Order: sequence, then structure tokens, then C-alpha cells
Amino acid sequence: MRVLTFVRRNLVVIAGTLALGYLLLPNLVVLLYSFNKPVSRYNNTWQEFSTEAWSDPCGAPGICDSVGLSLQIGLLSTLAATALGTLAAFALARHRFRGRAGVNSLIFLPMAMPEVVMAASLGTLFLNMRIEFGFTTILIAHIMFCLSFVVVAVKARLAGMDPKLEEAARDLYAGPLQAFVRVTLPLALPGIAAGAMLSFALSLDDVIITQFNSGPSTITFPMFVWGASLKGVPVQVNVIGSAMFFIAVLLVMAGQLLGNGRARRKS
Amino acid sequence: MTALAPPPPAAPEADAPPPPPPGGRRKLTPYWLLLPAILWLLVFFAVPMFFQASTSVQSGSSGEGYELTWHWANYTDAMSEYAEHFGRSIMYAAAATLLCLVIGYPLAYMIAFRAGRWRNVLLVMVIAPFFTSFLIRTLAWKHILSDGGPLVGALDALHLLDVTATLGMTEDDRLLATPLAVICGLTYNFLPFMILPLYSSLERINPALHEAAQDLYAKPATVFRKVTFPLSLPGVVAGTLLTFIPASGDYINAKLLGSPGEQMIGNAIQRQFLNVRDYPTAAAMSFLLMAAILIIVTVYIRRAGTEELV
Repeated sequence: MRVLTFVRRNLVVIAGTLALGYLLLPNLVVLLYSFNKPVSRYNNTWQEFSTEAWSDPCGAPGICDSVGLSLQIGLLSTLAATALGTLAAFALARHRFRGRAGVNSLIFLPMAMPEVVMAASLGTLFLNMRIEFGFTTILIAHIMFCLSFVVVAVKARLAGMDPKLEEAARDLYAGPLQAFVRVTLPLALPGIAAGAMLSFALSLDDVIITQFNSGPSTITFPMFVWGASLKGVPVQVNVIGSAMFFIAVLLVMAGQLLGNGRARRKS
Repeated sequence: MTALAPPPPAAPEADAPPPPPPGGRRKLTPYWLLLPAILWLLVFFAVPMFFQASTSVQSGSSGEGYELTWHWANYTDAMSEYAEHFGRSIMYAAAATLLCLVIGYPLAYMIAFRAGRWRNVLLVMVIAPFFTSFLIRTLAWKHILSDGGPLVGALDALHLLDVTATLGMTEDDRLLATPLAVICGLTYNFLPFMILPLYSSLERINPALHEAAQDLYAKPATVFRKVTFPLSLPGVVAGTLLTFIPASGDYINAKLLGSPGEQMIGNAIQRQFLNVRDYPTAAAMSFLLMAAILIIVTVYIRRAGTEELV
């Protein structure tokens, strides 16, 4: 009886925890199988515990090159998308101008379109223009689909910001540039950082758009995994997947702690 | 006034003319700020759509090249040949969206109202799976659902597989390579897109409203039905769209977790574009998918009565 009351009272928490388990279960499996020592090239059945793959993450041919390429494209496209997106977000959040609705929908559309449609149409453009698929085409595609997400993230931050702060700075004789650099930019920074992180994550993990717009010699990490999934996935893929998970969680946690500390010092 | 930062040198628009003289500056500033981003989206998002439109009515062969012949039959051919793929895409995506809502709502609710100081940690846990590549995680589902695995064994022992089999969702006491596997994969992959908007609209609800409803003798279920759920509707609408749209175009789950009998329209587009190199058919299918989604989304937003989305 007591169990039943407990279940009834905490139904939401139980269901929520189960949902969380559903979300994290695959990560657990990936981690577990990163310690496997498969007999064939199929890492399908549990054989024996081994840290072999962890001590040699580049052991599978081509895997570390693909990670390097993904990081390179991720960094470059994040840089470009964040710069272009932040500028656009400032225009949309701070100015009233003709054609605003049109601009808004042009920025919204890429997020409301299935990836495969964008991927095929951009691929069609490159084919028609006889542009060779490779590093540049992947980079162009990634900047294109990351851009809208940066605009949304930065715009949300700017919308919640009091424009009076900037006016106050101006009243205190700060020049326009000084007011921007000393007041507006620091306040907008969390939004810009969120947009940049989102686009880095999106770029690093993209399969569909990359598959339609990459050449045979430019293999990003997701493309490497895709290729491997057809022949047998090396254990190193699990190692790198798990390592990426831990690094990202650590970074996010560190960012939170840093943010909390700063907030506490200010208050 | 915001300062006009120069566009990054990497962008081809970097050679934009210098800012206008101070007189017209205020009026033109937004346009200068927007210029690089809008040019990028126009050239690499809008223009490709036109190319795709023209490709979709071309005819020819991959060997001899394609020519614009206003070959509208591409559309009717794609419709008749891939009707099943279209149907499956819409059905699987709808089922996955519904499941995401059912699974995601309690979690979003728990984070918003019951997590206390664990709130941020839980939010990180929702986003964290993202960082292990989408493909690797979907491959992990292949392990979990595999024949003879513990999950299949448990469901079989509980005779749940018989239930799903009568619904046509599974076959032959297995999970992998069934519609259920594809739907579960889609649900899993797009669940965070449901949880985050739900959370952000639940989080804005003032808990005092719950107390007020309880003070007026509303039962917990009534509080939820009359207060919480209606107030979370914007999140529900945003979450369902963010789940349904990418799920309907996805081909990775169907490819890795399904059999040839579960292929979706994304798989057909991918095969036509990358393997068969029949670009006109791929383009026609993309447009049909886009049109289908536009119609569904428009009707849905009208019904839901919220125009405000992002």
C-alpha cells in the first residue's frame, strides 16, 4: 500500500527518470563496448574486457584524420556562422526596417526544412555550377545550416536585454564604440557563446547534409562512422564517441560552475 | 547605436563597400549588419531551391546528362513509385512525435518543477547524449535491439512482442528491422528537441498558479488539465514541430534500424541522388516532401492557434 502511494505521488519523477534512462542508455552501451575486444571486425558481441582501444584511439586506419577534419570544419564553420549570425541578430533585435518579416522568414526556413531537402538542393547547385565536392563545399553547407541557429540564440539573448543599459553608458559619456564593447557585447556574450556551441555541435555531428555535399577524399568523422557501419565498426569509434561525451559534459559543467561563481561574486 | 563590425575575412562578401556617410547611417545600419548573413542564405539556401525546382522537371540520364524539358511526369512518377515511402515517412514521424511528447513531457515537467537544485545537472544530462555522435548512438540501438539480446528476451517473456506483432509493428519475435525499431530510433534521436521547448515553456509558469488552483479544490489531474497543460501549449507546438519535421526527412534510423520494408522517403532521395544519380527524381521527391510538410505544418499551426513560434 505504501509503495502504491509513493508511486502515485512521484509518478512524474518516476516517468521522468525512465525517460532520462532512455536518453542515456545508448551512451552507456557505447561506453561499455569501447572496452570490448572483438574477435572479428564486428564489434557486436561482448568478448572480453580490454583497454586496448583506449590506449590506441587512432588504431583504426583513417579515424584520426576524420576527427581532425571534423574539428577543422567545426571550428571554421562555427567562427563564420557566429560572426555572420551575431551581426544579423543585432540588426533584427535592435532595428525596425523594411523587409524585416522577409528576413525573419529567410532565417527561419532552414530550421523548418528537413535536412535531406536542403542537402539535395545545395548538392544540385554545386553539380550545376560544376563545383567539385570537397572541403569547401562541406564548409559552405555547414555555415549555411548553423547560421540560423546562431541568429536565434543571440536574438533571444538580446531580446531579454534592457536597451536602457546602453543608453545609460552613453549618458555617462561613453562613445558608441565604447558603449558597445564595454556594455552591450559582454551582456550579449552568453547568447553568442550559446550560438557558437550549438553550431559547433551541429557541425561536428552532421551526417545528412555532409553526405550530399562531400567528396570521396573528404571524410568527416560521422562519414567515417557511416562508412564503417556498412562493413563493421572498429572499437575506436566507441572510444572517440565516449571521449567526446565526457569532454563535452566536463566543459559544460565547468562553464556552469564558472557562471555560478561569477553570479555569486556579483550578487 | 551598434558599431559596424567588419564581416569575417573568410566570407566572400568581405569586399562589401565601405559604410555609408554619417547622414544615412542610422537608416542603413541594419542592412549592413544583415548583408553577409542574408547573402549567404540567399546564395546557398534560396538559390539552390530554384536549381532544384528546375532540376525536378528535367529529363535525361545520368550518363548523358539532364536537360530542362518541363518533364512534369517526374512528379507523378515519384508519387506513384514512392507513395509507400511517403506514407511511411509521415506515419513514422507522427508516431515518433507522439511518443516524444508522451515520454518527454514528464521529464520536462520534472526538470521544471521537481528537480530543485538538480535542475541544471538534469538539463545537461538531456543535452549530453548529443555529444556522442548521432550515428554512434543509433548504432548502439542496433546492439540493444539485436536478436537474442536481453531486451528482446524480456519483451518476449512478457509476451509484449505478441502485442506489437498484432499491431503490425514487429514480426517474428524480433525488434531489429521492424517498424517499431525505426520509430523508437526516431523517438530517441529527436527527444531532446521535444524536451527543451517543453521545459522552457513549463519553466515560465508561475508555481503560485498551481497553488491557487489547489486552493480552489482542484484535484492534481484537474490542475494539470486546466492550468499547466494549456500554459505549456506553445512548448508543445514548438516541440512537436521540431520533432516532426526532421523525423519526416530522416533516413539514418530507417537505414540502420530498419529493413528494406521500412525505408522512408529520405532513403529514396538519398539513393536516387547519391547512388542512382537520377537528380530529377530526387529533386521532385524533395519538393513533394517539402510541400507535404508545409501543408501539414500550416494546418497544424492553424489548429493549435499559436502563430508565435520561435
